[in-house]
Amino acid sequence: MNKIFIIIKREYLSRVKKKSFIVMTILGPLLMAALMIVPYYVTKLDREQQVIDVLDETGIYYKMGSNETIKFNYIYTDLQTAIAGFDGDKSAALLYIPKPDMLEPTNAILYYSDKQPGNTVTSYIKDKMKYIYENRKLMELYGIDKKQIDEAKVRININSQNIETGETNLPIATTIMGIFAGFLIYFAIFMYGNQVMRGVIEEKTSRIVEIIVSSVKPFQLLLGKIIGIALVGLTQFLLWIVLTLSLVAVFQVSVGAKDILSKPQTETVQQGNVLVPENNTPAPVQDYDDESVRSLVKSFGEYNYSLIIFSFFFFFLFGYLLYAALFAAIGSAVDNEADTQQFMLPITIPLILAFVLAQPIIENPQGPVAFWFSVIPLTSPIVMMIRIPFGVPAWEFILSMALLILGFLACTWLAAKIYRTGILMYGKKVSYRELWKWLKY
Amino acid sequence: MNVLETRNITKRFANHVALNGVSISVPEQSIFGLLGPNGAGKTTLIRIINMITGPDEGEVFLKGEKLEKNHIVNIGYLPEERGLYKKMKVGEQAIYLAQLRGLTYSDAIRKLRYWFEKFELMSWWNRKVEELSKGMQQKIQFIVTVLHEPKLLIFDEPFSGFDPINASLIKDEILRLRDNGATVVFSTHNMASVEELCDDIALINKSNKILEGKVNEIKYSYRSFSYQVEIAGTGASLKERLNKDFEVYDEVLQDGLLKAKIKILNNKTTNDMLSALMPHGTIHALHEIVPTMNDIFIAKVNADINLNYSSSGLTE
Repeated sequence: MNKIFIIIKREYLSRVKKKSFIVMTILGPLLMAALMIVPYYVTKLDREQQVIDVLDETGIYYKMGSNETIKFNYIYTDLQTAIAGFDGDKSAALLYIPKPDMLEPTNAILYYSDKQPGNTVTSYIKDKMKYIYENRKLMELYGIDKKQIDEAKVRININSQNIETGETNLPIATTIMGIFAGFLIYFAIFMYGNQVMRGVIEEKTSRIVEIIVSSVKPFQLLLGKIIGIALVGLTQFLLWIVLTLSLVAVFQVSVGAKDILSKPQTETVQQGNVLVPENNTPAPVQDYDDESVRSLVKSFGEYNYSLIIFSFFFFFLFGYLLYAALFAAIGSAVDNEADTQQFMLPITIPLILAFVLAQPIIENPQGPVAFWFSVIPLTSPIVMMIRIPFGVPAWEFILSMALLILGFLACTWLAAKIYRTGILMYGKKVSYRELWKWLKY
Repeated sequence: MNVLETRNITKRFANHVALNGVSISVPEQSIFGLLGPNGAGKTTLIRIINMITGPDEGEVFLKGEKLEKNHIVNIGYLPEERGLYKKMKVGEQAIYLAQLRGLTYSDAIRKLRYWFEKFELMSWWNRKVEELSKGMQQKIQFIVTVLHEPKLLIFDEPFSGFDPINASLIKDEILRLRDNGATVVFSTHNMASVEELCDDIALINKSNKILEGKVNEIKYSYRSFSYQVEIAGTGASLKERLNKDFEVYDEVLQDGLLKAKIKILNNKTTNDMLSALMPHGTIHALHEIVPTMNDIFIAKVNADINLNYSSSGLTE
């Protein structure tokens, strides 16, 4: 036991003291924070106002309101002159709304010179035109009051709520949560599993393994290495969580905070606009996004985080332990990293399968696919993490954990048999048949 | 009493037999050489003694007790395929390996300091292993093997990769370890080192032990009763002048001194030869031509091959 501890200590310290570990640990949260912060700034940068020239022959669409990204500039001439006079530097495009003789005036052409206007611009124009045209029709043909029209417009929101816990959240938030947790586990198993494999190959090729197994059992060396690297993984995740949270906190306190906090107020004003009949502007498309992002953020706050974090660490730890033993067995069977490819496939397939199945599982988180793949040990670490935010019956959860522990013990037992033979076998290309023989020694 | 005994060890691999009923006995406080050509099965035998692999048949006894896992602490083993963690610092690594062999941290430091100073490695303590030359790495591996003062030391090819100076350093240490009470088993191709070091040897060829015993006795039993003689004043060749009991060959006459090899036949003794020579001149020197271990090794292995060849011929 004491010797395993000595091995664990070496495996842990030799990795934690490495420059690459320190760099990764610091860069990780920076990247994560960047992922959260950069999109916010990018959307802000994008808000540069674009000018759209409007040549409206119908005379209906004279009141399309501008917002901070799009400004309408009405011109009154004929099409030839307008096209001839179009200045690509000043205006992004020329919107030409012809007046058809027979048809409804609902078609328009957007002329551009060098840059085609993006989707945001066209959908914004469409929304505006539709709004104006519909209102006009309702008012003129059916004589409905403008105020009544606006009052009739509603927005439907659907939130799901757990009857027992009272958690409310958006299905989309739950999906993001599940996929994110599942992906982290997937990523962690590969990353630390690979470290185990490389460690075994290093010991084998540097021929130190024979010196070590003359003082400890191969199984002790295997277990010490796997546990040591597991601790490295836990350390790295803990540091990432702490550093990411503190980075986000620092960011909130500094400049960005004002913007983020003040946004809800401007939002209310804009939302108010919709209800003001004199103003023809409906809520811009942008704000629908803002709205859902905020309810998403709110929704994230409502999960049972202690359960999620507990499950994450449990399924990370045992999922890693299970796969690490297999990675170690592969490492022991080859002489260099290039030869690992042929044996990697059986390990990679269940991991990738679990990820491919994410889509059907999210669509039916309580269905048979979700159930079976979340209790089978090879896929359960990932699939269970995807399911947890949707809520999992306690007995399934416990079954999955119990089977994962059993799976870990079985895999380690099998892997140790291959490992024990493999580490002392040099200069031999190993086949699956050979591995099978080693299992039976 | 024998410190180490193997009895009828047989080990089979998928398509060949690595050891076929090999028994060796290693007396206490001696140096035992395990000889044999490449692929004879020496390393497999050593791995079985260290319980790295198990035999298919046969048993290993350590001081009369059947070998158990807890005996391994009393064995210091230097493998042939040996290495170190390249990225780790020399001192840290030596402490780690010493701890794995059961030493406490403070004991490890104390003993390592003694050995590092002895081998002039102290200035390398905080360097990474990859900065060291191969010879230096070998010294560190040697130190780590002997550090916990085991009663039985097993070295697989200890001299491979050493320059002559360091090889003799290691030889001296092996002799000193024996004098301090340890028993040493080592495998080698280096026959000169066998002559210098070994008290006993076993010769393994093609999975079988074909020779075992004390080096002196083996050499004695393989002697050819030939002598190198230097004699002055004979004037000319001795070949025709001695009787049939003595066969003279390789004669060289130089500045009046005749150097010749004489083989004694028909159970005559050295004294008989001397009396036969004395009338012909003044004897300056006389010494027995003893077969070297190298000669015995080659002769024995070749004889073994011929034997196998002829026996397989017979079965046809």
